[in-house]
Order: sequence, then C-alpha cells, then structure tokens
Amino acid sequence: MQTRRIRWHIAVFLAPAVLVYTAVMIFPLFNTLRLALFTEVDQTRIYVGLQNFRTLFFDPIWSEQFWNALGNNFWFFLIHMLVQNPIGIALAALLSHPRLRFAALYRSAIFIPTILSFVIVGFAWKLILSPLWGIAPSMLDAVGLKSLFAPWLGKEEYALTTLALVSVWQFVGIPMMLIYAALLSIPEEILEAGEIDGITGASAFWKIKLPLIIPSIGIISILTFVGNFNAFDLIYVSQGALAGPDFSTDILGTFMYRTFFGFQLQLGDPHMGSAIAGAMFAIILIGVCIYLFGIQTRMRRYQL
Amino acid sequence: MTRKVLSLALMSTALVTSAYAQEATLTIESWRNDDLALWQEKIIPAFEAEHPDIKVIFSPSAPAEYNAVLNSKLEAGSAGDLITCRPFDASLALYEDGHLTDLSDLDAMGNFSDVAKSAWQTDDGSASFCVPMASVIHGFIYNKDAFNELGIEVPTTEAEFFAALDKIKEDGTYIPMAMGTNDQWEAATMGYNNIGPNYWKGEEGRQALIKGEQKLTDPQWVAPYATLAKWADYLGDGYEAQTYPDSQNLFTLGRAAVYPAGSWEISGFNTQADFEMGAFKPPVQNAGDTCYISDHTDIGIGMNAASENQEAARTFLAWVASPEFASIFGNALPGFFPLSSTPVELEDPLAKEIVGWREECESTIRSTYQILSRGTPNLENETWGASVAAIKGAETPEALGQQLQDGLASWYAPHQ
Repeated sequence: MQTRRIRWHIAVFLAPAVLVYTAVMIFPLFNTLRLALFTEVDQTRIYVGLQNFRTLFFDPIWSEQFWNALGNNFWFFLIHMLVQNPIGIALAALLSHPRLRFAALYRSAIFIPTILSFVIVGFAWKLILSPLWGIAPSMLDAVGLKSLFAPWLGKEEYALTTLALVSVWQFVGIPMMLIYAALLSIPEEILEAGEIDGITGASAFWKIKLPLIIPSIGIISILTFVGNFNAFDLIYVSQGALAGPDFSTDILGTFMYRTFFGFQLQLGDPHMGSAIAGAMFAIILIGVCIYLFGIQTRMRRYQL
Repeated sequence: MTRKVLSLALMSTALVTSAYAQEATLTIESWRNDDLALWQEKIIPAFEAEHPDIKVIFSPSAPAEYNAVLNSKLEAGSAGDLITCRPFDASLALYEDGHLTDLSDLDAMGNFSDVAKSAWQTDDGSASFCVPMASVIHGFIYNKDAFNELGIEVPTTEAEFFAALDKIKEDGTYIPMAMGTNDQWEAATMGYNNIGPNYWKGEEGRQALIKGEQKLTDPQWVAPYATLAKWADYLGDGYEAQTYPDSQNLFTLGRAAVYPAGSWEISGFNTQADFEMGAFKPPVQNAGDTCYISDHTDIGIGMNAASENQEAARTFLAWVASPEFASIFGNALPGFFPLSSTPVELEDPLAKEIVGWREECESTIRSTYQILSRGTPNLENETWGASVAAIKGAETPEALGQQLQDGLASWYAPHQ
C-alpha cells in the first residue's frame, strides 16, 4: 500500500504569490474595512460599529454628497456602456474585415491613447477644450459652428459627460482589441457555411459573429464597470479634488479622496474615508456578483 | 557572539551620532517648492554664516500634497526638525497631536503682534506653536499701460470700479477682468474674501461671526455675493472653464486689464509681464469710507516635538523671528510680507504699494479660516462653491447666504 505523499512543491510554488497578494491586497482591504468601524474622538480611536455608514447614508450632509457621487458614477458608466463599447465593437468589426488596408496602422493609432498617462490625457483635453487657447473653438469656427461651442468643462450640465467622453476616447482601444481577438478566433468554415446559406455582409455580423462574441462583450462590460466605479484619476487631474463645477463631476473616487485625505481647510477623516471606500467595494462586489451569477451563467455558449 | 557584535554595532552608531550632534543638521519641511532657490541661495547661507555649527536643509514637497505627506511623516517619525505651518486648524491639529512644540517662551515671539500670532495659537491664545513668517494681501493688480491708453483713473469706490470696467469693455481691446471659475478657489479667495472685508468691516464682522453675533444671512455677508454677481459681465468668454493659470496668463500677456489678486502673484508677474503694473485696494462703497484689507497670515514655522536637535531648532526659529530674516525674506519674495512689528523696507515698487495699504486701512484675515472651517460641511469649501454660483448667477445672494448659514449652524454651537 502506498501512502499519499504530501506534495510540498504545490505550497512552495504558491507561497510567493499568496504572500505578496496577502500583504499588498488582502490585508489592506480588510484593514480598510476595519478602519471604517472606528472613529476618532479627542485623539483616541474608538469603536463605533456601523455608525460611520449610518452617517454616510442617512445624515443629509453626507448622504447628499454620496448619492450625488453615486449618481454621477452611474452616468459615467452609462456613457461608457453606450458609447465606448459599441464603438469598440464597430471598430473591431471594421478592422477584422479582410480587405481593409492599413489595418495595423489604425489599430495602433486607436490603441495608443490607452497607454498614455491620465495626467497627459486630462491636461491635453483641457487645453484642447479651453475657451481661451484651445483648438476646439477655432476648429468649430472654421466650419461655421462657433455658436455650438461652450466652455464644456466649466458648465454643470456638460462637464461630467465631457469627461466621460474623454475617458471613452482614451479607452476605446481596450474593447476594440478584445473584440478584435474574439472575432479573429471565429473559424472561417462557419462564415463560409453561412455564406452558402445566403448570410453575407452585415447579416453575417449580426447573425453569426455577434452571438459568438457575446461572452467577450460580457467580460468587457464587467471590466468597464469595475474600472468606472474605481475611477478617480481623470476627474482629479482635470477638475481637482472638489470635482467642480459645483460637484457636478464628483464620483465616488474623488469623494473618497477628499474625505480621507482632507482638502484645503478640511482635515482628513480616515474613518469616514474608509466607510466610503467600503461602500465602493460593496457596490463593485454586488455588480460583479450580479454579472457572474445572474448573467454569465445564463449566457449561451457555442462550441467552435 | 552575535549579541556581542550587535552591541558593538549599536555602540559604534551611538558614538557616530554623538559625534554628529555637535554639528546639528536641521531639515525644514515646506510646501513652498517655488522658494527652493531662495532658501538655498539667500536664507540658509545668511543663517549658516552666523551659526557655523548648524547646517540647514530645505526640503519642500508639492503644495497640494503637503498636508498629507507631512502627517504621514510625522506619524512615522521621519519628519524634519522644522515644520512650515499652514495657518489655523491644520497646524492646530498638529499641535494638539503633540507634533509641534509650544514656543510661547521663545523671547523672539515678542516681535509679533497678536493678530500676526493668531493663526498659530490655541483658541484661548495661551500657547503659540509657530513663528509667523509672512502674510499675503488681497487687492487688484492692473495694467498701467491699458489704463493710460483708455484714460481711466484708478478707482477707489465701487461705482468708479464698475465704471472703469464698463469703459474697458466698451473699448474692447482688453478683457476687463481676468478671473475664471473653473478652479473655484479664485472666486472665493480673490473674489469674496478680497472685496468682502469692506462690507463686514474687517475684524469687527469676522469676530462677531465667530461669536455668533452676526449671521451669514446678514446683509454685510450677503452683499459681496451680489457684487460678485455683477463681475460675470466683465470676465472673459468662457470664464466658466478658465483655470487659475489661464487667468494669470491672460493678464501677463496683456490681454486683460485688471487682475483680482493676492500679493503672492507679484514675483511671478514681475518676470512674466512686460508692461507696467499698479495695484489698487478693494474699492469702498462711498468715497471716504474706512477701507479694510485682507492681510492674511499665510506661513509660519514651528518645531517638530520629536526633533533631536531642539536647541539648534530654537536658535533657528529665534533667527526667523529677527528683523534680519524679515528683511531678506520680504525682499527676496515680494508679495509675501513679513509679519514682524518692525517695519521692513521693501524694494519692489508693486510690493511697496500694496504693503503701504497697511497704513491706510484696517487689516483683517480671511473670514472662513479661523475656527469656522472646523466642521462638516466645511465653510471654506462651501464658500468656494457659493462664490462661483454667485458669479454664474446660478443662485441668488440671499439663497447662498442661507445655505452657508444652515451649513455652519449644523455643527457650530454659537450659531445654533
């Protein structure tokens, strides 16, 4: 009879990754959640249970800001879903067209903004849209549409949408690349079989390719969701921590930053900041769970 | 064996440190990274010439990050010996947490007036924890060439002020006033707190507000918003998206005639602008009214309580409080006016003009800085938003006053 040997090598090979991940991800995450349960009174930290969350959701001063940030976050996400992902899919469909010339050039050109720093993107677009030195007003003037120009980043009603579109411009390359890869993996035989049955051109896309890339679209949606609800950089770079004008571009990330680290005369409050971070974590967790259990399991998959 | 090696190592480090202790090195934490050259080339050499046994290192971090960086350094015990102090609550919190030392017993503190020290004292005034270094004064800087060209006299009353702006606007060569609302703080700092003291009568109103005797809904606190609302017509096209550097550039490029300013702009403007500049103080309502200026205590310097070089640090602070430092600092950084009671002779004409207002007008500090921005919602941040809303005409001045008052009353006992 043979005794089962303990396979040490599994533990040894897992250890570095597990240790690093625990130290830099799991521990800080749970420590932040723990911090949210405390508050500071007279320089001593005391345990208050869920009081911080009660303040965040029900105290009118905090809840107004929280719901405003959450609403803005949903709008930010919606713009990405309605603009970024359809455009990404359309670009991928065009790029995968076998007779398109310079496909590699277009692919790189569209993907390049993705690798730029937020600081550069935020600053460049601020200059482009600047009513004083920007090229946007003069370009509109050149085609006789100067009247359409407005200082978009400074107007409550447009600022968030403008920034969402800037972010779309930056990141449209990611859905494009993922969908492009998915489209390339569709075997020629299926398309040819479709052609024999009279399905060509646009209807080949809608009836054959699209159902086959639905799982990739699902992944892109969830990546967009997580990315958007963690977003902070672009807003901070272009509008500052107060996310002006009048908090119209305030999202959960900037709200958390302002609360946690303080701003100008407002001193930082790590405990309320952690409570907001906890709420962000919960929102993202719920969103991802809805997707994983509600949508992905029901998605139809085709064996290729 | 290992223990022996360890104790030897410890002993040798102890020896090394004590050998160094005779020549103390002081590190200064600051957010003024713009002033690095000034400290390295002028201030530190002047100090080291007098005190050859003390070395000083000026180590600034980015202004927006300073508070957060400093706090984490202090918590970790790695902060420098000397701490540049933000005014009011940020530094008060550091003192209360035991990071800053009480300096009330420093003889040189006698060189400063009570108003100068007020920004770095406990609420009851019993302990002072930073040596006041400089203040900034608000007013308007204008393009002298433009005023001469259009034949405009320097305005002293509000009516003259708006008449001048009308004239500039009518002519069309210049944007009447360079200010934007994108960064928000400009509207509050260069707008509301610039013209406001003339309405609420400086210290009188500010103290009454702190005591709860006046409310933000009172006419003297609401009227500045009504005046700000009139500014919108004179700001450039698209001022809603105009940032602070945009405004500075508009003015220094000679495209705008008037710049609502803080005196800290002087050195930058001197190098950028190639026209002659002048300054006028916030206009009063009627000719002959007493004028009030915002002479805001902005920078102080204190000692890290955990510093190992307490004696050397005290020597340095005493020197900072001396007239010699005031004269070097005031002249090297025109626009940051020394706070010491002995007057300093300034060379820069624009700085001299502005600091001269101290003789003619009553000084006060920004209304929201002391005590009133301690709670949530933060009155200073709310004032930014309110000033922008006033300029844009998004809300009536009365509604803004009510909103700020409600916010303040929600946490500040004297207003409840």
